[in-house]
Amino acid sequence: MREACDLVIVGAGPGGLAAACRAAEAGLDVLVLDQQPEPGGQVWRGEARKGTNRLARRWLSRFAASGARFRPGARVVAAPEPGLLLVEEGPSSLAVRYGRLVLATGARERFLPFPGWTLPGVLGVSGLQVLVKDGLSIRGRRVVLAGTGPLLLAAAATLHAHGGEVLLIAEQAPAARHWGFALQLWRYPGKLLQGAVLSAGLVGVRTATEAWVLEARGEHRLESVRMSVSGREEQLACDYLGAAWGLVPNLELARLLGCEVSGGAVVVDERMETRVPRVHAVGELLGIGGVDQALISGELAGLAAAEQPVPDSLEKSWRRVRAFAGALALHDAPRPELRRLATPETLLCRCEDVPLSALEDCTNLREARLYARLGMGSCQGRTCGAAAETLFGWAAESVRPPGLPARIGSLRPPAEPPPTLKRES
Amino acid sequence: MNTFDCVIVGGGIVGAALADVLSAEGLSIALVEACSIGSGTTACGMGHLVAMDDNAAELALTAWSVALWRELRDELPLAVEYDACGTLWLATDSEERAAIDAKVASYRGVGVRAEVLDAAALREAEPALSPGLVGALRVPDDAVLYPPRAALHFARRARDRGARLMPGCPVHALRPGSVVLENGEALAAGHIVLAAGVASPRLCPELPISPRKGHLLITHRGAPVVHHQLVELGYLKSAHGSGGASVAFNAQPRVTGQLLLGSSRQPGADGSHVEPAILERMLKRAADFLPGLDGLRALRVWTGLRPATPDGLPLLGPHPEKPWLWLACGHEGLGITTATGSARLVADQLLGRSSAIDSRPYAPARFLASMTPLSEAHHA
Repeated sequence: MREACDLVIVGAGPGGLAAACRAAEAGLDVLVLDQQPEPGGQVWRGEARKGTNRLARRWLSRFAASGARFRPGARVVAAPEPGLLLVEEGPSSLAVRYGRLVLATGARERFLPFPGWTLPGVLGVSGLQVLVKDGLSIRGRRVVLAGTGPLLLAAAATLHAHGGEVLLIAEQAPAARHWGFALQLWRYPGKLLQGAVLSAGLVGVRTATEAWVLEARGEHRLESVRMSVSGREEQLACDYLGAAWGLVPNLELARLLGCEVSGGAVVVDERMETRVPRVHAVGELLGIGGVDQALISGELAGLAAAEQPVPDSLEKSWRRVRAFAGALALHDAPRPELRRLATPETLLCRCEDVPLSALEDCTNLREARLYARLGMGSCQGRTCGAAAETLFGWAAESVRPPGLPARIGSLRPPAEPPPTLKRES
Repeated sequence: MNTFDCVIVGGGIVGAALADVLSAEGLSIALVEACSIGSGTTACGMGHLVAMDDNAAELALTAWSVALWRELRDELPLAVEYDACGTLWLATDSEERAAIDAKVASYRGVGVRAEVLDAAALREAEPALSPGLVGALRVPDDAVLYPPRAALHFARRARDRGARLMPGCPVHALRPGSVVLENGEALAAGHIVLAAGVASPRLCPELPISPRKGHLLITHRGAPVVHHQLVELGYLKSAHGSGGASVAFNAQPRVTGQLLLGSSRQPGADGSHVEPAILERMLKRAADFLPGLDGLRALRVWTGLRPATPDGLPLLGPHPEKPWLWLACGHEGLGITTATGSARLVADQLLGRSSAIDSRPYAPARFLASMTPLSEAHHA
């Protein structure tokens, strides 16, 4: 199948939706692709049906009214030439011709290996939150959450609201940095409110700073966790552990397209345009910055794509959210102890069962791939690559298409239609 | 200055195999590699160990090399993934079918086992193949392996005998008696061997080696099983045709349960980007032989640059005008197969010994000696 549009947007989270709204409202033919069945991205997952988040509801209705088209279950598998994306949609394949492209591929959780992290019952922080939002019953189940930053509180709030017994929220950052960060929120009323609501929902839940997981234990699935809490070890019997340390941007498609990446973020100009002409990047791709940064950068990209002027207020908001993102990055940086949790037997790459000991003689990610098969499996290093970057300081490897397994047929572009046939408008 | 009996420039499979052989002879060795051991063209190829009979010299070197690999098989670590799956050369029509008998004779002539499969036997051996195929040539002693780990195995064995491995050391220049690194360090060498594949002409511009790009695709685990390395008989035409870009069907079962698919050849093509038009042709060709291929899941697509010489044979031996320099490069698509034989041939010459096969067809002098009338003919 074939599609053509003025602007294609990859990712229907807040950044993609904001870009779509601005561009479609200005009259562009906009096509939004997302792997999920509904728009909203990970952060507004389920809001398209349930709609409890007011900000999400506002943007989702605006998107629905904008005239932008949405293709669910669509995954980009190749970018064979400028202006063309090959897309896999369930059992069929699609070629999309576009004038401009906005990358809004969001972020995933940063996992660091610790003994037992591959046991059933151990998930990411947001991963566990998503499962619960999607219907996993957590009522009466004992949960420990370990990680960093605002997502930890957001996940705790969801689990708590669904009847989960949250035994401990373990924030890895030291108290000083944690509260320093919390105080910074005062300068940003929007953030403060969000924080306050979250906290209100979590009355009575134990929180600790300078706390992290040492080991997950269990015969066939998780039975308990060993934690380091303010310098002391503690063992907690539990059913679920959500453990992840902040977010890392999903840079694969940006890298595949040849966009310049610096310091773990896509380099863009004030129009959110990358170094590759007519390709923009928004949201977490610019460095983890949350919903506000995604919305504002999305609006800026949508306006740029439609060649519309940028309102002063939006410019100002942009500078504000960038300052917040800077503070978040500082706060979320995993502490050194987290790099030493894994033992030689701990798996680093769970697709290919690569233990840490297999990397003994490797000095970079390329050697780890070639000699030990790290990241050679079905996730193509999405999990272990980011972990290896954090553990060893190794630079990311180049991306090879299709990024995630795709049908071979999807990599073969459909034949161009005969020149006499014109697309109906 | 550090002094070695021999400095090998290039830590691909050929340089690593040579370090292994020479260190076993008691020579002090430095193996100098710009990036990581086995990470260049070695890491990009299919890893076939295949006897090829395009001409007598090619057959002699490949058949001997495959036999040398077989001798090594029991000492190769599991991670090298040596798998004696054999090769099936597939005939699509009666003309190709008729060519098989001559090939059987030429293989047997150098002691390589070979047998004919008719259409029914082929169907039984490889049910996943297209039913339209008319027969195949089976070469049961061919094998496949995972080249980066094979290179690493050779290099580490050399290291254990005292060789110095120097990955991450790009070479600035080759001088009589010394190899000058980009960091300014100079390594004194009784002998210097240039085994830098496609990068060789950068250090020795007169070498007639040019890149010939290829594309490969590997599937997810759990791909439908094939049991042999599968190659279309038309591969030889494709491999040694001197014209434009060509594709040919080549598929390998990997011990990981994955299927590795090739192949394409683009003379002179540089740059490592995946070219969709070539990939499309390659996959379409592959689907002709393996129906249902389009439904398999691709895990990765990548490219590599083969170091091609004008006559398709490697340069193995002394540089005719630089007596201090030895060459072990220009293997095009047969560097993995012939690494074992190439290492022996160069080592034998360097040590003044005779070899199991005649080394003259691979002598660099066929191109480089300006007074040799042959060279003109080869460049024509």
